[in-house]
Amino acid sequence: MAKATFRIWRGNADGAEFVDYDTEVSEGMVVLDAVHRIQAEQANDMAVRWNCKAGKCGSCSAEVNGQPKLMCMTRLNNLPLDEPVTVEPMRAFPLIKDLVTDVSWNFKVKEKMKPFAPRPPDAEDGTWRMEQEDIDHVQEFRKCIECFLCQDVCHVLREHDLHDEFIGPRFFVYAASLEMHPIDTENRLEELKDSDGIGYCNITKCCTKVCPEHITITDNAIIPLKERVVDEFYDPIKKLFRVFSR
Amino acid sequence: MSSYETHEYDVLIIGAGGAGLRAAIEAAVGDLKVGLVCKSLLGKAHTVMAEGGVAAALANVDERDSWRVHFADTMRGGQYLSNARMAELHAQESPDRVRELEAWGALFDRTQEGGILQRNFGGHQYPRLAHVGDRTGLEMIRALQDHGIHQGIEVHMENTVVSLLKTGDRVSGAFGYEREKGRFKIFAAKAVVLATGGVGKAYKITSNSWEYTGDGHALAYHAGAELIDMEFVQFHPTGMVWPPSVRGILVTEGVRGEGGILTNSEGRRFMFDDIPELYVTQTADNPEEGWLYTQGDREARRPPELLTRDHVARCIVREVQEGRGSPHGGVFLDIAWIKEKISNAPEHIRRKLPSMYHQFKELADIDITQEPMEVGPTTHYIMGGIRVDADSQMTAVPGLFAAGECAAGLHGANRLGGNSLSDLLVFGKRAGEYAAQFAMENEAVSLDESEVDTIATHTLKPFENPPEDANGDKVGPYDIQARLQDKMQELVGIARTQGSLTQALEEIQNLREKAEIVHAIGNREYNSGWHTALDLDCLLTVSEAIALAALERRASIGAHSRDDHPEKEEPGAGKYNTIIKKADDGAMGIRREPVDELRSDLQEIIDEIG
Repeated sequence: MAKATFRIWRGNADGAEFVDYDTEVSEGMVVLDAVHRIQAEQANDMAVRWNCKAGKCGSCSAEVNGQPKLMCMTRLNNLPLDEPVTVEPMRAFPLIKDLVTDVSWNFKVKEKMKPFAPRPPDAEDGTWRMEQEDIDHVQEFRKCIECFLCQDVCHVLREHDLHDEFIGPRFFVYAASLEMHPIDTENRLEELKDSDGIGYCNITKCCTKVCPEHITITDNAIIPLKERVVDEFYDPIKKLFRVFSR
Repeated sequence: MSSYETHEYDVLIIGAGGAGLRAAIEAAVGDLKVGLVCKSLLGKAHTVMAEGGVAAALANVDERDSWRVHFADTMRGGQYLSNARMAELHAQESPDRVRELEAWGALFDRTQEGGILQRNFGGHQYPRLAHVGDRTGLEMIRALQDHGIHQGIEVHMENTVVSLLKTGDRVSGAFGYEREKGRFKIFAAKAVVLATGGVGKAYKITSNSWEYTGDGHALAYHAGAELIDMEFVQFHPTGMVWPPSVRGILVTEGVRGEGGILTNSEGRRFMFDDIPELYVTQTADNPEEGWLYTQGDREARRPPELLTRDHVARCIVREVQEGRGSPHGGVFLDIAWIKEKISNAPEHIRRKLPSMYHQFKELADIDITQEPMEVGPTTHYIMGGIRVDADSQMTAVPGLFAAGECAAGLHGANRLGGNSLSDLLVFGKRAGEYAAQFAMENEAVSLDESEVDTIATHTLKPFENPPEDANGDKVGPYDIQARLQDKMQELVGIARTQGSLTQALEEIQNLREKAEIVHAIGNREYNSGWHTALDLDCLLTVSEAIALAALERRASIGAHSRDDHPEKEEPGAGKYNTIIKKADDGAMGIRREPVDELRSDLQEIIDEIG
């Protein structure tokens, strides 16, 4: 069995550093397997979040060789193992310990957003009629597993630290899933423009590139929301805006 | 009590999967103060992994479906050991519980008429599972979560309960720690709902994550509640078998529902070779009929791949044991073959089974639209669990309720796919409702401070223990956990004997001694080793319960197979449930109770539908 070195971020808010661990690796292993093996054999107290180990729960987000990834879906055979594999926590959130960050801000953001508000049911049994083609695009947004990797790479949050003024890609996707939901009646455009800070997004598509669910965050969620905001509040310059955003 | 951070609630819910969230939402309907404690972040519990769908007799796709057929299917699937009242309530109420999710924002796949689409699944006579591709659980937990966060529920994420608190006979709260700093917390409550899920982590090959250590089962057992039918552990027939690191990860039954077939190394569809008597009349006798069934032909009968999970798992084990397995010790599950039947097969498969496509592509380098998967059984679900009143979900301990996987009664000897998502909605709601009622009708009781101190001291003991035992063996938490998992897999797995179970009980006892002196390194801050050490008690308790109940049931029925007792019923024993309760001396006691006779109107349904 081959060996590989994993350079893992250890420590807490008071201080942290990379520590190298050598461990055995075998066919088919993912980064999370290696982290678990190190945890079981060499570092029992290492902190790592995980649940499903199948890319469905979005718990094990980290930065592997500098790339935002789900550790459970990052195969070792896609990484150069002749040099140490670095594993770090998401950098856009405060460190709790080792690979675990404080992502509670995300949960608070969602709580503040206007919830789903359906129109009265279409049928007497309290149900609605919706065409599959009308919900296809909303179902894309609802694939989100809340791994927060899109938040992690968004420069508005990561570099500019504008957590108080900007809700980040995850919650634009959430807003889009509500705004485009065929039976929702709420209007969230004013919040999107003001407190949610959608204007800060300059469509660099970093979020789309890292989404493990392959949600086309920028094109399908953020840009249409921006257009709706423009339609609602800046109608006269709508044409101009479209020219610039092309 | 001043030394511990204390939170006071009318209703405390432990666990935030589907059952816990649904219970919390219901309990919060009035003005009650509701607390929700969960081991992970909100929305990460195992409900999120459920793939195939939620069973509800909406009759949107086949109008012949009704709660009566769903009831009969559930009872048959459970080998008539289920609590009939629970099966009745479940079948009657799940359609409303599913519709309600739509009012909270869930978006199920649609029929041509714009209603909720339903698909076929093992053991269900008609297409009954409302679904969203193969990510139904994600849709459900997100709908519940996004609705729940606006109901005034206080959520304690990444908090673990280590003990329930009792005052006299009544439950009075819970004691636990938060992961971040390892600080202790007291949750005082008039009523407590356990919704902690399963026990899969007791086994080596499992679809369950680190969380599923039988916490609710163990908490309830130690508080004096009864556990019922713990021998019935569902080994899902199709888990991934390769590569080794993903062994056990679930492959949804939806693959077979969409036409996927099981074959052995000789290319034979071995499921046609063994069709149980209870299902002969409902099962296709040729491949073409099976295919037509999966495509919605109402006159066709289901293919044998969609027989109940216990049976399919056993057939797979037989093929492997008799040398007809796949290269990595499973069998083949082939959905790619449907290209013989439909023109746009790859696109169709990717649309119907997107996360399966993704999972195999990313983790095994296999394109399921082009080649077969390798699959084998994986520990998935426990039918047994905390014994509850069918209507109220209250346990034998006043004020203590349970719902979802940790509770028992609905599924009998074997659970049908899709019946767990409906279970947690129906009985999560009921548990929340009756817990709220209990809280309104009863005053708060004061907590016993000395009891809390004792638990707190015990919780910190792993830090005091030396790293090795008297023989120089390591007593790290992961070592003990791994040894338990190996033994449970080997001795209390799909095939059991008196010898294997007796040996298992001895091994569990040895490991319990080790767990008493388990050693944790580091400090209390987000220390996975310490958490694993604390989970050991729960794992050992449920492992002992499973082995003891399996030893008691000297027959092979549903998910429980005894190689030394292959017959379905023990001569003269009749139909019974196994009941486990902590004896006065602290030992685990077991007894049998006959299954209640069916109410005549329910018996009529079964006589009529079969």
